[in-house]
Amino acid sequence: METFWFIAISIVLVIFFILDGYDFGAGIIHLFFAKTEKDKEVITKSAGLFWDSNEVWLVAAGGMLFMAFPTFYASVFSGFYLPLIIVLWLIIFRAIGLELRGQFKFQMWKDIWDKSFGLSSLLLALFFGIALGNIVRGVNLGGVENGESAYEGHYFFLPLWDSSFSPLSKTPGIIDWFTIIIGLIAVVTLAIHGANWIILKTNSSINSYLKNIIFKLNISLAVLTIISLAVWNMVNPNSFNNFGHKPYLLIFPCIYLAGLIGLFFIKKLKKDIHAFTLSTLLIVGGITSSLASLFPVILPSVNTIHEPLTIYNTSASEYGLSVAMNWALIGFILLIIYAIVQKRLMAGKIDHMDYGH
Amino acid sequence: MEDMIFYDRLQFAFTITFHYIFPQLTMGLSLMIVYFKYRYLRNKIEKYNDAAKFFMKIFAINFTMGVVTGIPLEFQFGTNWAKFSELTGGIIGQTLAMEGMFSFFLESSFLALFIFGEKLMGQKLHLLTGFLVFLGSWASGWFILATNAWMQHPVGYEILDNGKFVLQNFSALFSNPWLLPAFLHNQLASVVTSSFVVASIGAFYVLRNKQTEYGQLFLKTGVIFGLVSSILVAFPTGDWNAKNVAKYQPAAFAAMEGIFETEEAGAEIVLVGQPNMVEKKLDNKIAVPNILSFLTHQEWDRQIPGMDQFKQEELPDNIPALYYSYHIMVGLGTIFICLMALAAFLLWRKKLYVAKPLLWAIMFIVPFPYIANLTGWYTAELGRQPYLVYGLLRTTEGVSPSVSSGNTLFTLLGFVALYMLLGLLFLVLVGKTINEGPKHQTH
Ligand code: HDD
Ligand code: HEM
Ligand code: HEM
Repeated sequence: METFWFIAISIVLVIFFILDGYDFGAGIIHLFFAKTEKDKEVITKSAGLFWDSNEVWLVAAGGMLFMAFPTFYASVFSGFYLPLIIVLWLIIFRAIGLELRGQFKFQMWKDIWDKSFGLSSLLLALFFGIALGNIVRGVNLGGVENGESAYEGHYFFLPLWDSSFSPLSKTPGIIDWFTIIIGLIAVVTLAIHGANWIILKTNSSINSYLKNIIFKLNISLAVLTIISLAVWNMVNPNSFNNFGHKPYLLIFPCIYLAGLIGLFFIKKLKKDIHAFTLSTLLIVGGITSSLASLFPVILPSVNTIHEPLTIYNTSASEYGLSVAMNWALIGFILLIIYAIVQKRLMAGKIDHMDYGH
Repeated sequence: MEDMIFYDRLQFAFTITFHYIFPQLTMGLSLMIVYFKYRYLRNKIEKYNDAAKFFMKIFAINFTMGVVTGIPLEFQFGTNWAKFSELTGGIIGQTLAMEGMFSFFLESSFLALFIFGEKLMGQKLHLLTGFLVFLGSWASGWFILATNAWMQHPVGYEILDNGKFVLQNFSALFSNPWLLPAFLHNQLASVVTSSFVVASIGAFYVLRNKQTEYGQLFLKTGVIFGLVSSILVAFPTGDWNAKNVAKYQPAAFAAMEGIFETEEAGAEIVLVGQPNMVEKKLDNKIAVPNILSFLTHQEWDRQIPGMDQFKQEELPDNIPALYYSYHIMVGLGTIFICLMALAAFLLWRKKLYVAKPLLWAIMFIVPFPYIANLTGWYTAELGRQPYLVYGLLRTTEGVSPSVSSGNTLFTLLGFVALYMLLGLLFLVLVGKTINEGPKHQTH
């Protein structure tokens, strides 16, 4: 039952990153590459029409985590207090930027909303990557110092950074050189994904130029991936064991690799949807590989006193999890229906849809 | 420890108060939009369709605000109330997760279709999408109230040795005797807010003598919905809630009614008075004998326990705030009924559209249904103190053990600043939309 919920929540999270990922990415592209007013407008629209229904996936993931793994939810949300609240603020700034752009006539205001949208998208992508970095690296559970715990073993509190700025410190902070690498991977991945989305959904004038950008970003992604793999083992020495024990898990890294390699042929691809699918594979592969490397651990401990949090020592009761499975299955079926209906009615390029409610 | 809890509570109170400004309008307004759209399908008069689309614009702005202020609330259970989440997540996580799954998805998926899809899918389907948005928003109210009802009156649980609450009986969460009255009362109260907003915009158009045709339609609809919902909010649903509080939270009931001392027989109902916490009595009291006993138990001289019957640690910790909140809600409820009854009478005599003073009153009453809704929630939440889960888990036992008060103060200040900005932008946008008014589109 725990495994069912672990998989279900992972799926919801992955869908969130695929969907909201493209509008984060669109924001990043918007920030750096959109020059003309028309392009800025269309790119904002390609995110603005969809972001709020995409963000529901985050809310759903949060709710399910709360229900299925309450101890994990409590420990992680209070432990990452500051970055989470900052993420909330960024989400609000992004929404302001997206929703207000079309409402004001003067260029001066438009510029502000554009920056608000672009910068907060960039920072959100970075923060989400850093969060993933923290999860795979592990935290100082129990706030252990000199062999003594400051709190109960499943609680912790991370400062934004530790003076040494190193993941190998006894009390690592949220931002260190390892989590920054993962953060950058997230930014680059989502930028590629967002660029593909813009190409797919709009007729913006930079579409063909964006393919060049994707190609270059993909090179840097490959480099970053290699660097991260080189240091990964140093940061969390057990991370590759799972793949050794259960070779079928290697499918997840292969998905990532397929996306990465495929995107080098971006200029040869006939259909825009193929490129978008490839960047989707990057996201799916990246997240699932990281989770698979930990399973059944969901938060490693960097000290030797407290054992890591796993799906077993943080879950709700068996009865609760199984009734919830019943309603969740009904819910997922409904979601598929909504998605199909929506897809059929909102297909195609969005340039001419009226926007600005 | 004490001041840490203080900031956590203040932050939760501030963020949820701000959040609830928006859903209370969207829940009621979605019902009225469905009504306008339905009328249009029946009578084919274009202005009904224009009205539906105009209010959908207002709805959309409020919805966006509801979404961005709602996400912080869900996160805050974990960030600020970690111990509470850990202990009760197995139970209230159910209802919160169901809210995401069954209502937020429904609402947000079909909202986009309602706004952009009229030409694509024809009128009948357009009405259906509007109805699904309504269903989503009411389902959201249902699940959040189920969550709250469990905190007010816990059912279907078992407590393990390590203090964790585990779910024993899933369906008990929804047959909780606290839930149905609270849900009906709350939803009707949100219809009160939306009908006052609709009527107020109507009064504005009539008074400024522009778009008067829409103005009259809004006024008529707003007044009729407003009268019906104002009455139903007070009776039977408000009364039903009060009986529940008397039954399940007698200490909270004594505090909100301002009964310091138990009377021999028959409790009086307090209309006016200020709680004096030092001398434990009400100053400047005006009260009518025996009415409270009758309203609560249908017996004139039934005894009702006062605050002297309870230990200090079982009484709510902010009795004056609780008492005022309750009396403001009930007082405003009474005023709403009178105002709407007068307006409906003039509407019936066909004099409403020229009754200037009344139109001004309708236009400016808009903040008050919001105040009534919020003070209603303050009554519920302050009355639940000093517990998070009534009778079982104290508020002091629920906070995050590892988050220091300095961090909470920092984020509280951040939220205050950000929400000021958000509120300002919201007012500008809504003001602009109202000023432009409904547009008639030729297809
Ligand atoms: C327009 C708003 C509005 C109006 C006019 C009223 N209420 Fe109310 N009331 C609410 C809006 C509200 C609310 C915000 O919707 C609450 C908060 C929790 C809930 O379920 O509904 C509520 C709760 C609430 C409670 C529960 C408090 C608790 O849980 O401790 C009682 C006893 C009443 N109401 C009673 C009344 C009575 C007797 C009214 C007579 C006029 C009345 N309300 C008018
Ligand atoms: C919109 C409606 C609501 C309003 C205006 C509201 C208001 C408040 C206020 C004023 C407090 C602070 C109480 C105090 O410090 O003494 C509070 C606390 C709290 N409320 Fe609500 N509330 C609402 C709905 C809910 C719902 C639906 C839930 C549960 C799902 C909830 C859960 C809590 C929790 C966990 C606290 C923090 C602990 C506490 O101080 O009691 N509230 N709320
Ligand atoms: C602790 C209490 C609460 C939490 C955790 C919470 C959480 C949320 C979240 C996460 C959203 C965004 C949903 C989305 O992405 O679409 C939201 C919106 C919404 N909430 Fe709340 N909420 C709370 C209190 C309330 C209360 C008391 C009500 C009404 C009774 C309410 C009704 C709604 C509605 C109708 C929406 C849809 C958006 C809108 O129409 O404005 N919420 N809430």
